[in-house]
Amino acid sequence: MALNLKELAKRPVRISGGHRACAGCGFPIVIKMILGATEDPVVVGCATGCMEVTTTVFPYTAWKVPFIHNAFENSAATISGVEAAYQSLKRQGKVDKEIKFVAFGGDGGTYDIGFQSLSGAMERGHNMVYVCYDNGAYMNTGIQRSSATPRGSHTTTTPAGKVRYGKKEYRKDLTTIMAAHGIPYVAQASVSNLVDLARKAEKAFNVDGPAFLNVFSPCRLGWNVPADSARDISKGATDSCFWPLFEVENGVWKVSYKPRNKISMDDWMESQGRFRHLFKPGNEGIREEIQAQVDQQWELLLKRAE
Amino acid sequence: MSVVKQDPRNSTALTGNEAVAQAMRQIEPDVVAAYPITPQTEIVQIFSTYVSDGLVNTEYVPVESEHSAMSATVGSAASGARSMTATSANGLALMWEILYIASGTRLPIVMPVVNRALSGPINIHCDHSDAMGARDSGWIQLFSENAQEAYDNMFQAVRIAEHPDVRLPAMVCLDGFIISHGMENVFTLEDNAIREFIGDYMIERSLLDVEQPMTLGPLDLQDFYFEHKRAEAEAMVRSKKVIQSIAEEYEKLSGRSYGLFEEYKLDDAEIAIVVLGSTAGTARYTIDQLRAQGIKVGMLKLRVFRPFPFEELKQALAHVNVIGVMDRADSFSSIGGPLFSELRAVMYDSETRPLITNYIYGLGGRDINPRLIEQMVRELADVQEAGRLNQYVNYLGVRE
Ligand SMILES: Cc1ncc(C[n+]2csc(CCOP(=O)(O)OP(=O)(O)O)c2C)c(N)n1
Ligand code: SF4
Ligand SMILES: [Mg+2]
Repeated sequence: MALNLKELAKRPVRISGGHRACAGCGFPIVIKMILGATEDPVVVGCATGCMEVTTTVFPYTAWKVPFIHNAFENSAATISGVEAAYQSLKRQGKVDKEIKFVAFGGDGGTYDIGFQSLSGAMERGHNMVYVCYDNGAYMNTGIQRSSATPRGSHTTTTPAGKVRYGKKEYRKDLTTIMAAHGIPYVAQASVSNLVDLARKAEKAFNVDGPAFLNVFSPCRLGWNVPADSARDISKGATDSCFWPLFEVENGVWKVSYKPRNKISMDDWMESQGRFRHLFKPGNEGIREEIQAQVDQQWELLLKRAE
Repeated sequence: MSVVKQDPRNSTALTGNEAVAQAMRQIEPDVVAAYPITPQTEIVQIFSTYVSDGLVNTEYVPVESEHSAMSATVGSAASGARSMTATSANGLALMWEILYIASGTRLPIVMPVVNRALSGPINIHCDHSDAMGARDSGWIQLFSENAQEAYDNMFQAVRIAEHPDVRLPAMVCLDGFIISHGMENVFTLEDNAIREFIGDYMIERSLLDVEQPMTLGPLDLQDFYFEHKRAEAEAMVRSKKVIQSIAEEYEKLSGRSYGLFEEYKLDDAEIAIVVLGSTAGTARYTIDQLRAQGIKVGMLKLRVFRPFPFEELKQALAHVNVIGVMDRADSFSSIGGPLFSELRAVMYDSETRPLITNYIYGLGGRDINPRLIEQMVRELADVQEAGRLNQYVNYLGVRE
C-alpha cells in the first residue's frame, strides 16, 4: 500500500527540532518527509548551504541518522563513495544490513556548482537518492542568484534597480535534464503536497539504481514572505504551474497534479517580496513573458506525459 | 616476521606505474575512485584490469573528475572502507579543496601522486609543483627515488596513515615519466606477507554504523575549529615516530631500510646537496665522480617531506660548510623553492650556520644530468671558498 499521512505520522522522525533554520523554512519538512519514507536505515550526505549549517553546529547535531557533509559541490560524489564502500563491504560480508543512501543539496549545490558531480553519480548508477531542496537562490551566503532562480526575481546579485528588473534569465529545467540521464526515477515534488512528496521519496528509495527528486522548498528570508506562508506559496507554485508536480518512471512521464483552477503567475508572484518590483508600472511586459513561458512549459509537460 | 633476502628471483622488471598498481593490487583497497591524467593514467588502467579480471575485490568508482575522486574517497573512507585514489598535477590541483577536508576529517586515505608540472603553460612532464602545492594540506608526503621505493612506500603509507596516533591521509610521490614510465628491477613481496603487514582497515566509527549515528563534517565555529586544527597539527608531529617504527618493521619484512631521509657520503662532506625524488640517482653518480677528484661533496635525499623532519635535518647537516638545496618547483615567493625556504629556516638556529643556497631545476621535465649537478657543486665549492653567498636562488639548466 502506498504511504499515507497516517502511516507517515507513525514513523520515527529522523531529524530533531531545535535546529537553527529560520521559522517557516521549507527544508526541515523536506528532510522529515524524505527520511520518513523508508523504514530502512539511512545514511545522509549534504552539501554546504542552509540545510547543513543550520543542522550541524558543532558540538550539536539535529541528525538522528549517520550524516556526512563534505563540501558545497560534492554531495553526490561523496554519497557515491559511501555507497561504493557499502557495496564493497557488503560483498565481503562485512556489512549485512539493508541501508539507503540520500544526498541532499540546495539549488546552488545542485543546479550550479554540484551539477557535474550529480550528473556523474547518476550516470554511474549508484544506488542512491539525490534530493535537491530548491529555494531558488544561494540563501546561506545571502540570497544570490542561482540557475534555479526564477526570472524577474530580485536577488542580491540580480538586484532590481532603476534599469534592471531582477534576474533576466528563466530558471534551468534541471528535473528534465535529470530525466535525460535515463535513470530509473526522477520526480518533482513540493512541500505543498506532503503525501505526494513522501510517495515519490518511497518510490525513489525502492528503485534499483539512482533516483533524483527536486523539491520546491520555500525560504521566507530570501523570498521576503511571512513565516507562515510556506504552504500557501508552495501551493501557489503548483497551482500556477510554475512548479508542476510530475514523475518520470523508467522513461514514462506522468503529471502528478493538474490544478483544477490554474492561477496566474501574477497571482502567485504578488504574494512574494522577491517579485514586488515587477508590479511597478513599466514591467507589465516582463510579467506577460513570464506567464507565457510558464504556460508553454506546462503544455510541453502535458505533451510529454500523454 | 622473517627476513626476506633480496633474491633476484623475487624481482620483476616493472615501470613505476606498474609497481604502484601492483602494490595497490596487493593492498586490495575496498574502494578505489580515480580519474585518468598523464603520467598517472596507467595506474588506474592497470588497476582496472585487476578489477575486470577478478584479481581484487575492490569497488572501483570511475568518477567524472578528480574533485569527485577525492570526494568519493572521503565518503568511502568515512564508511569503514580502505580507500585509495591516484593522480598527477592538474588532477591534484582540482582536488585541492577536498585534500584539506580529507585531512581535517582525519581520514587515512592513501594516494600515489605521479609528479608532473602544473599548468600553465600545460606540460605533462616531471616536476614537483603539484605535490608542493599541497604541502600545507595536512597530508603525509613520502617521496620516492625509484620504482622500488614507490612500491615500498605504498605499504608503509597505508600503515602510517591508519596508525591511531596519526590518522592522516598520505601521498606517495614518484617522479612522472622518469619513475612512472622507466622500467627497472623491482623486488616484490608475497601477497600474504603484504596482507599480514597492512592488516585490516580499522577506524573508530563508520558512517555505516547505523546503530550509532555520527555527524561528520559539521559546521565548526570559533569555539572549536582551532582545537581540531591543533589536534591535526599534533598528529602530524606524532607521525614522525610512527614513520620510523613502521620503516623498521618493513625492513624486517623486506630487507630494505627506510628512514626520514638517506645520507650519501655525507659524514665527511664539506658540501651537501639536498634532493627529493629521482634526481638522487644522478646526484649519487656525480658525487662519486667528484669525490674521485677530491671534492668533498655528499647528499641528503629527503624521503619524508611532511612531516618535515627539522631536528634530524639540522643535525645531519650541521657539520657541512655549504648546502645546495635542489628544488624541482618554484614558489614564486622570490626567495626560492619550498624545500629551500623550509631547510633554510631550520638551519637558522643551527650553531654552525652552514651557508645555504637554492637551485631550482628540472621544471616541466627539463633534464637534470651529471654535467649540471657538477656545475652546481663547483659553484658551491666557490661559495665555500669565498665564505659567503652570491645569491639565494640559482636556476640550473635554464636559458637565461
Ligand atoms: C567551493 C565553494 N564556493 C562557494 C562557497 C560558498 N557557499 C556556501 S553555501 C553557498 C550557497 C548555497 O546555496 P544553495 O545550494 O542554494 O543552498 P541554500 O543555502 O540556498 O540552502 C555558497 C555560495 C562554498 N562553500 N564553497
Ligand atoms: S535563509 Fe531561507 S533556506 Fe535558509 S534557513 Fe532561513 S528560510 Fe531556510
Ligand atoms: Mg538555495
